[in-house]
Amino acid sequence: MAVSDKFKQLTEKKPEIGLLFSRVNKVKWLSFPYILWMIGFILIPLIMILYYGLTNGENSFTFENISLIANPVNRGALLLALELSVFSTLICLLLAYPLAIILNNTKLKSNSFIVLIIILPMWMNFLLRTIAWQNILERTGVLNTILNFLHLPTLNIINTPAAIILGMVYNFLPFMVLPIYNVLIKIDKDVVNAARDLGANGGQTFLKIILPLSLPGVISGITMVFVPSLTTFVISTILGGSKIVLIGNVIEQQFRLGNWNTGSGLSLVLMVFILFSMAIISKYDKEGEGSNIW
Amino acid sequence: MTDNKLIDLVNITKSFGDTVVLDELNLYIRENEFLTLLGPSGCGKTTTLRIIGGFETPNKGQVIFEGKDITKLPSNERQLNTVFQKYALFNHMTISENIAFGLKIKKKSKIYIQDKIKYALKLVNLDGFENRMPDSLSGGQQQRIAIARAIVNEPKVLLLDEPLGALDLKLRQDMQYELIRLKNELGITFVYVTHDQEEALTMSDTIVVMNQGYIQQVGTPEDIYNEPKNAFVADFIGDSNIIPSLMVEDKLVNILGVNFPCVDIGFGRNKPVDVVIRPEDIDLVKPEHGIVTGRVTSLLFKGVHYEMEVTANGREWLVHSTDLFPVGSEVGIHVDPYDIQIMNKPESEDEEAALIVE
Amino acid sequence: MVKKFFSRFYIGIILLFLYAPIVILIVLSFNASKSRSKWGGFTFKWYHELFQNEDIMAALTTTLIIAFTSALIATLLGTAAAIAMNSMKKTPRTILLAITNVPMLNADIVTGISLMLIFVALNFTLGFTSVLLAHITFNIPYVILSVMPKLKQLNSHTFEAAQDLGASPLYAFFKVILPDIFPGVLSGFFLAFTMSLDDFVITHFTKGPEINTLSTKIYTEVRKGIKPEIYALSTIMFVTVLLLLIFINRRKADKNAPIRKV
Repeated sequence: MAVSDKFKQLTEKKPEIGLLFSRVNKVKWLSFPYILWMIGFILIPLIMILYYGLTNGENSFTFENISLIANPVNRGALLLALELSVFSTLICLLLAYPLAIILNNTKLKSNSFIVLIIILPMWMNFLLRTIAWQNILERTGVLNTILNFLHLPTLNIINTPAAIILGMVYNFLPFMVLPIYNVLIKIDKDVVNAARDLGANGGQTFLKIILPLSLPGVISGITMVFVPSLTTFVISTILGGSKIVLIGNVIEQQFRLGNWNTGSGLSLVLMVFILFSMAIISKYDKEGEGSNIW
Repeated sequence: MTDNKLIDLVNITKSFGDTVVLDELNLYIRENEFLTLLGPSGCGKTTTLRIIGGFETPNKGQVIFEGKDITKLPSNERQLNTVFQKYALFNHMTISENIAFGLKIKKKSKIYIQDKIKYALKLVNLDGFENRMPDSLSGGQQQRIAIARAIVNEPKVLLLDEPLGALDLKLRQDMQYELIRLKNELGITFVYVTHDQEEALTMSDTIVVMNQGYIQQVGTPEDIYNEPKNAFVADFIGDSNIIPSLMVEDKLVNILGVNFPCVDIGFGRNKPVDVVIRPEDIDLVKPEHGIVTGRVTSLLFKGVHYEMEVTANGREWLVHSTDLFPVGSEVGIHVDPYDIQIMNKPESEDEEAALIVE
Repeated sequence: MVKKFFSRFYIGIILLFLYAPIVILIVLSFNASKSRSKWGGFTFKWYHELFQNEDIMAALTTTLIIAFTSALIATLLGTAAAIAMNSMKKTPRTILLAITNVPMLNADIVTGISLMLIFVALNFTLGFTSVLLAHITFNIPYVILSVMPKLKQLNSHTFEAAQDLGASPLYAFFKVILPDIFPGVLSGFFLAFTMSLDDFVITHFTKGPEINTLSTKIYTEVRKGIKPEIYALSTIMFVTVLLLLIFINRRKADKNAPIRKV
């Protein structure tokens, strides 16, 4: 009697447990289309680059494509791209950090409004906005007209590396501001108050509390600006004239000419830098939420 | 406790936008006292604390500390430290780095800092936690670290903003004893903010009951409990029967049509008043011995006593008693004259809030 | 006060920097001269001619269809994925999120090339569909990152409470979860739409010779000179969105007003 009772209990409980399991599993199934999509359109395509980069036209293994980076033109293009992207990243950081702090301190706490202000320019096509900088920077452009009017010396930076840096800073500044701002708004005001309470002045509070706590955002921002700057070919085409060639231009040209293996090989070299950046980001993104990026 | 005023708040007014949080608040805090600001949320107690700590500047009025006006002094130059509600530990630093933070800024020597960290951790019973990170600690442990971080700076006053709010009941009770012990060992002034009346009654030397930006009553826990100055205080501290009544003459009050002898004088003749009777001060007796008679309508066992509701003269009376009277039984109600507390009746809601009784 | 002035001034300078090119483009849309660098007087001519220009209208249609469709599909896939990830244990969730970040952190040129290679390897003709698939791919992360924080804010017990009160899981989802995370879903869609609209590089590599979006159309004209009709079109699009956003913000402000007073 007792045994059968117990058995009855067990069998009665079972469906309940089963239901619970199936419910949890059902929710997880929702991610299946996405996982398949990622495998098909992110992972396998990246493997394709690896395959093309490490083979020649006859499908046999070679390092030749990658070693083409040592060619003086390609090496020069990579080094120049590195130099310009480092500069533009630094300038973005210097411009964005104070901006993020100011935005964080404003009474206007509407997060979405601030994001909108920064995203709104994207509704003017990115190419057009960059072309507009030609108008501003040209010899007889808007900037020089204003400088002339003020009897100041004119600037000739169109078709120079400086114009490209400006274009990079212009296009990628939002990607530095948003991650830093997003980290700053999450810092508990009482943590800052506690530092003040323990005797730290404004400068000490910034250096010892705010800056270290905002580091994940800074790292994200640096990556989000550095990678697109390093790999751009559009900005250099529009603002650099035809003489300045960045690594992005080289790769784009190789693909345009149909040299897919060479293009992929050079892309693999770029991906070393990109992977390095991603590794740093994931090290600082402790929550593993990626929430600092956007 | 001495009678020296350490902190004096003079005519403090603070508003956020259109909302007035504190209105002409006056309060002094004595050296070496455990003072609790008690009240419901939104009563202005935390704002008062933040004004003392220097995190808010009052719109009007002065904060005097040891005779000097520190109203405009930034928090990092004040000789007091705060224990924040959610601990506000620096999560990117180890426990020792957290505790050493204030000392490093004051450029203390390494040996001094090491000694202080050891001493502070011992004081809060967390020896050996030096190299742990804050987020590896439980809530109670983080709270102790927050206290340690504050007291190593040897503040004259420690401000505590609902420090036990996030802890569970048992831990909260342990921490109450811990705080009293700390206060005695350190010999400094504690200003404590809470909405928990039990916490306030247990730990404080002085309780300041606040409501809607006004101080309702200042006194020792016994004063506040036994002689609430108005209906708000009576209602907020413990259970009580608050009954609108008529003061017939000195030492005689008419409660629900029956005259009760009391001990209060000076309220005038035939004046409407509020009467407060604590449930444990009501004696249930045989019907013929009571001043009024009633019928028990509900009965709950509460561990140390029974809680009963007695309907008498058209009103529910809340009674705590160790004697059991079953539901439906007829009982007599008796209250000793000194257990009847008479309060002035406010004429309007505003006045009720504004009623400041020293 | 000085600090406040400096803050305002600094924000002003940055906004000037961000919006100066946009002002220039709007001015150019009213420029009677065909040349970018000469002012030939004020005209509405380009706004009239815009609608007669079949090339541009075709590119606009393609752009809008791709932006809308890719944003919609990305929103569905991304929201579902975010809900699933939210209920996962830490390790699988971290791995999935790390992969989610790949298209955001990766260079557009690498993403574009890699997608082109896979389409070609599968004998898939480059054209409308390949662009659409590519856009969905880079749009999903924006949706996930918009929905995720809303899911986290969600009290996990509300879903259980709804079921406790007799709601089926599906009913509970639509009546309890979705309304709560809807702002995140909406901003994810909006973000995805914007990103699709603004993309050039990935479209450039995956589009094939047959179709053009506005971006790729503009790129082919960079050397020979942009048609002024394009400035007119961009101005119309920008102003439309601007007005829309102002309208939405106004309504939000109106809704919030009585709450703020309390």
